[in-house]
Amino acid sequence: MTEYALEVENLRKSFGGHVAVDDVSFSLKPGGSLAIVGESGSGKTTTARMLVGLERPDSGRIRVVGRDRSNAARGKATRLARARELQMVFQDPYLSLDPRVSVAQCVEEPLRLHFGMSPRERRARRDELLERVGLGEREADALPRRLSGGQRQRVAIARALATEPKVLILDEATAALDVSIQAQILDLLAEIRRDTGVGYLFVTHNLALVRHIADDILVLYQGRVVESGPTRDVLAAPEHPYTRLLLHSVPRPGWDPAQIAADRRALATALREARAPSAAAEPARHDPDAAPTRRSVTP
Amino acid sequence: MTTRLLEIENLNVRLAAGRAARPILDGVSLHVERGEAVGLVGESGSGKSVTCRSVLGLLPEGSQAAGSLRVDGEDILTMSSNRLRELRRRDVSMIFQDPRASINPIRRIGDFVTEGMRAGGVPQKDALKRAEELLESVGIREPRAALRSYPHEFSGGMLQRVMIAGALAGGPRLLLADEPTTALDVTTQAEVISIITRLQAERDMGMLFVTHDLELAAAICDRIYVMYAGRIVEAQSAERLFRRPRHPYTSGLLAATPRLESDQPPHGVPGRPVSLAEAPDGCAFAARCAHARPGCTEDEPVQREIDGAQVACLRAEELIHD
Repeated sequence: MTEYALEVENLRKSFGGHVAVDDVSFSLKPGGSLAIVGESGSGKTTTARMLVGLERPDSGRIRVVGRDRSNAARGKATRLARARELQMVFQDPYLSLDPRVSVAQCVEEPLRLHFGMSPRERRARRDELLERVGLGEREADALPRRLSGGQRQRVAIARALATEPKVLILDEATAALDVSIQAQILDLLAEIRRDTGVGYLFVTHNLALVRHIADDILVLYQGRVVESGPTRDVLAAPEHPYTRLLLHSVPRPGWDPAQIAADRRALATALREARAPSAAAEPARHDPDAAPTRRSVTP
Repeated sequence: MTTRLLEIENLNVRLAAGRAARPILDGVSLHVERGEAVGLVGESGSGKSVTCRSVLGLLPEGSQAAGSLRVDGEDILTMSSNRLRELRRRDVSMIFQDPRASINPIRRIGDFVTEGMRAGGVPQKDALKRAEELLESVGIREPRAALRSYPHEFSGGMLQRVMIAGALAGGPRLLLADEPTTALDVTTQAEVISIITRLQAERDMGMLFVTHDLELAAAICDRIYVMYAGRIVEAQSAERLFRRPRHPYTSGLLAATPRLESDQPPHGVPGRPVSLAEAPDGCAFAARCAHARPGCTEDEPVQREIDGAQVACLRAEELIHD
């Protein structure tokens, strides 16, 4: 039996009457890289938040390295154990770092929480982590406001790696950075994955980016998985109209925004009509072929 | 020679004396013709937004500007405040990045769209009728009901359409768009861009489109200016800029952008973008440039024309980036 680094089955979450995540399943191999793509409201961020325990799923299972975490953690030991396995890097490095905590303290905090290290060992490990992400002593002493966006995101990555997680969730982690810096961070992430075998779950709407960073892709639309499979195959021959729309939406020479706008409206109408009868009568019915890691397309 | 719709010549901007005193723009020159879409591309701190805002006279408080900035021959920098208000209402409009931050949340959509018209003396009834037409032209369903709605009832993409409708209310000749789709999803971005480009063509407006996204600029603009550290480093037609970037910074930006159609992984530019105040002597990009020579850190490169491109690089003749 293959043990997945991350395994999600039939995850579901609603807020009031609105179903944000609807029967989402996928898995991530150890050291693999999976991208969840979709527009805002597709449920991609809610999915990520459920994985790290920031939201509680209504139903479904989440397993990280084989251990179930579908229910709320009881007690500090369980919470810490879960945090060691899965870490997250957020979109905005200007909001995700405490402005009053120096870079060194920021990276030491998880070490203090999770490992019984002596202060000396801790400092050594901290320096190792900072060096890993390309930051030196000068940055270690600084407060976040003295750092650029790219440097801050490096700090966030170093902190996330401190617990040696099996899976790192990157929620639009390079979206707020300048292009020339984004490419540096992507290089760094690729290098870290090669060296440590950590698995990545990218949450993004940028398909051009996905093409270069993810082995597999999961396309979400209105809370459901509409297509999944190896990135190369899905992008080369997208089968679901929404995946095609996302692909066409990426600006490039010869781009036709008017056509995309028309396609988008047509798709929304078609799906509304297709779903209206069955969704009203039998909300729990789903297509069975939404299994991840192999090529699949739903309606 | 006919006057250009927008002509910026040798614009220098400095923040005022005191702790924050520093230069932010150095010798910026650009122009936009009638009906032309022009891109202004750069990373954070490059001065692209300051340049764009300066056209409406929206300079940072207490800053000093030198040079000239003319709309249809009239200089913004020496204009009376009355004339400037009239210009903002009628001739030049701006679409800002974040509609939630730019539209008053406690006033109705109708108030927002008609504000300029009412200030210009258009009767309320006519202004509302005109606003309804404008909302319809940007694809708002049930425009009459929308007039009575509040901003929180709209999604980001819909509210950005409202902002476009408001920007068009005075029938401007020049449209300034400051990252108008950066806060939107890719599919919504395509929709909003299609509205902007359609209206720009229909109304024969000139447009200055500010963005950090070179691909987006190339997809919709005729010409592109690339800024780095408060200066313009390259200007070319969009198509040629992509095929044959002349400045190492432009080719670096192109190489750093992840592409759908390319197997080439994005390649980072070492270091980070600097602002004009941090820029050392000579070429501001030299420290990050793979082609830098000792001379590059001594003399500031002067912009010159090579094969129809304006380039500010000492080695532009020798270097061709394919």
